[in-house]
Amino acid sequence: MCRGIEKSFGEGQARVRVLRGTDFDARAGEMTFLVGPSGCGKTTMISIIGAILSCDDGDIRVLGQDLRRLRNGRLADFRLDNFGFIFQQFNLLPALNAAENAAIPLVARGLSTRKAESIAREMLDKLGLDDQTQKIPAQLSGGQQQRVAIARALVHNPKIVICDEPTASLDAASGQRVMELLSEVAMDAERAVIVVTHDDRIFRFADRIAHMDDGAISRVERRKSDSLESSDSPEEPSS
Amino acid sequence: MYRTALRMLIGDKTKLLGLIFGVAFSTLLICQQVSIFAGLLGRASSVINDVRSADIWVMDPSVRTIDASYPMRDTELSRVRGVEGVAWAVPLFKSQVQVRTREGRLENAVMLGVDDASLIGVPNEFLLGRVEDLALPDAIAINPAGFRLLFPGAELDVGRELELNDRRARIVAILDAAPAFAANLTIYTRYSLATAYTNPGRNVLSFIIAKSADGYESNAVAENISARTGLKAVSSSAFRIESIMYIIENTGIPVSFGTVVILGAIIGVAIVGLTFNQFIMENLKQYAALKAIGVKNIRLLSMTLCQAGFVCVIGYGLGLGAVVIFFRSTSDVDALRGFYLLPEVAGGVAVLAILIVLLSTLLSMRRVLTVDPATVFRG
Ligand SMILES: Nc1ncnc2c1ncn2[C@@H]1O[C@H](COP(=O)(O)OP(=O)(O)OP(=O)(O)O)[C@@H](O)[C@H]1O
Ligand SMILES: [Mg+2]
Repeated sequence: MCRGIEKSFGEGQARVRVLRGTDFDARAGEMTFLVGPSGCGKTTMISIIGAILSCDDGDIRVLGQDLRRLRNGRLADFRLDNFGFIFQQFNLLPALNAAENAAIPLVARGLSTRKAESIAREMLDKLGLDDQTQKIPAQLSGGQQQRVAIARALVHNPKIVICDEPTASLDAASGQRVMELLSEVAMDAERAVIVVTHDDRIFRFADRIAHMDDGAISRVERRKSDSLESSDSPEEPSS
Repeated sequence: MYRTALRMLIGDKTKLLGLIFGVAFSTLLICQQVSIFAGLLGRASSVINDVRSADIWVMDPSVRTIDASYPMRDTELSRVRGVEGVAWAVPLFKSQVQVRTREGRLENAVMLGVDDASLIGVPNEFLLGRVEDLALPDAIAINPAGFRLLFPGAELDVGRELELNDRRARIVAILDAAPAFAANLTIYTRYSLATAYTNPGRNVLSFIIAKSADGYESNAVAENISARTGLKAVSSSAFRIESIMYIIENTGIPVSFGTVVILGAIIGVAIVGLTFNQFIMENLKQYAALKAIGVKNIRLLSMTLCQAGFVCVIGYGLGLGAVVIFFRSTSDVDALRGFYLLPEVAGGVAVLAILIVLLSTLLSMRRVLTVDPATVFRG
């Protein structure tokens, strides 16, 4: 849950106000899309939600935690425990195979490599990569690499998954497949998924779509007409 | 996480090889050069070492190294013998001579003439012949390296004749003296014969070597001798250090070796640093992603240090192995005799290798530590 987020970059004359009192919510069990024209501040917004960037002003509560009160080291731990990230460029380590890449969040949390990789392989299994676990990224297609990245984002069972343009580097068919898998595997009653995208072909996967324009959310639209729509129930907001 | 770090490194074979080569090369170069330098310094004092029975050296006050002596009057010997605490004192003649074989080979030699009666000062390392043989007419003993220099390809033997300043000399023994600094050929003979061979002026006494009596300390006796005779008298160990320091202070040798060592270190830092920097630059986005995921700087730093340690151990091991092979395979080359890998040198170079790797990784690591995780979202 974010209220009145302010964020500017630069100093003095060059100062750009990117977020102007933005409010944004994402809920567990839902896939929330954040869409809008290029440069409107989407990436900035999810960086702040993802505890990677700090905001200048406003309230930001994630899983009941006030992010502005966490210091740098604690922020990193908070990300490691609660977030899964999926990037446009995949950002897999080129020397590691799929299983090793997917296991990183678990290894970083202190699990033994063997255990972590066996959990990672299960996750890759679910994403249809059971026969690719020993391959390095260069031996995988873009869609397969993004699926490895999804496995990495989900392997430690985070409460929130943040995706920035997950399909932008993929062709239409792989993009569809990745989104299908994401909505199948990532969706969980306990988990909020936030997707930033330009790609209107994947809008159909959204539960809610927040439209952003020039640093503020202009409207929020509900998709996937479900029974919950009328009751804006007091279910726990995630961010 | 360390396993992951090593997998990252091993996954990039080209850079791994570059890094290991850099460390191995520096290790090899520095170890080899420092060892040879140490060996050369050892040669500077090899004659002092070979005269084991004496613990005091007496010489003209102007002398600063075993390699350049100034003759004293013959009467000084009895004065030294009269000093309290001196058990015995014998003359030692030392000079450079030219030696010619029957076949016409000409070589430089260091000639040492020892006391005719006692033959004190001859190293007791006879390969052929005995020390008593030096009492024979025109008898000289030479070292094996010198023998091979004079008679290339010949088996070590005794009985051959040489010409020293138009005088006949006969090799009666081969003894394993350490190679001297000034020449690879060392000749031992009687004092009287040595003076005859070199045919100098009246005063020929280069050194007096003496032994302190039981219950006397060699430094104290040396001071006594100086006080009583006005000559310079020092203990063997002090003279050894002085001879080594003379070379360090008065020749270009330390500078040229030092330059090679510094170049070796610089090349090491350059190869390792540039390769590591490239390795990190290529992975910078991935490092940013790791930071976004929640891997802390301290973790990334220890991962990098783990990679550095791996490179260091393997590279140093290979370099050291190459040095050992070098000295093993040259152990029968006379010009390199007395040069071997000292444990102190290996240890020192290990520290240097660690510094080289640490410096290069820490320089590149700055980029990782300062990269903003927020950049992963930017294209
Ligand atoms: N680190 C930064 N320093 C300066 N300006 C920045 C920085 N990050 C973002 N901006 C500016 O903030 C604005 C919003 O950027 P942001 O990346 O959030 O937009 P976006 O909606 O994600 O755009 P796109 O759809 O192209 O990815 C842009 O004008 C951008 O130039
Ligand atoms: Mg963006």
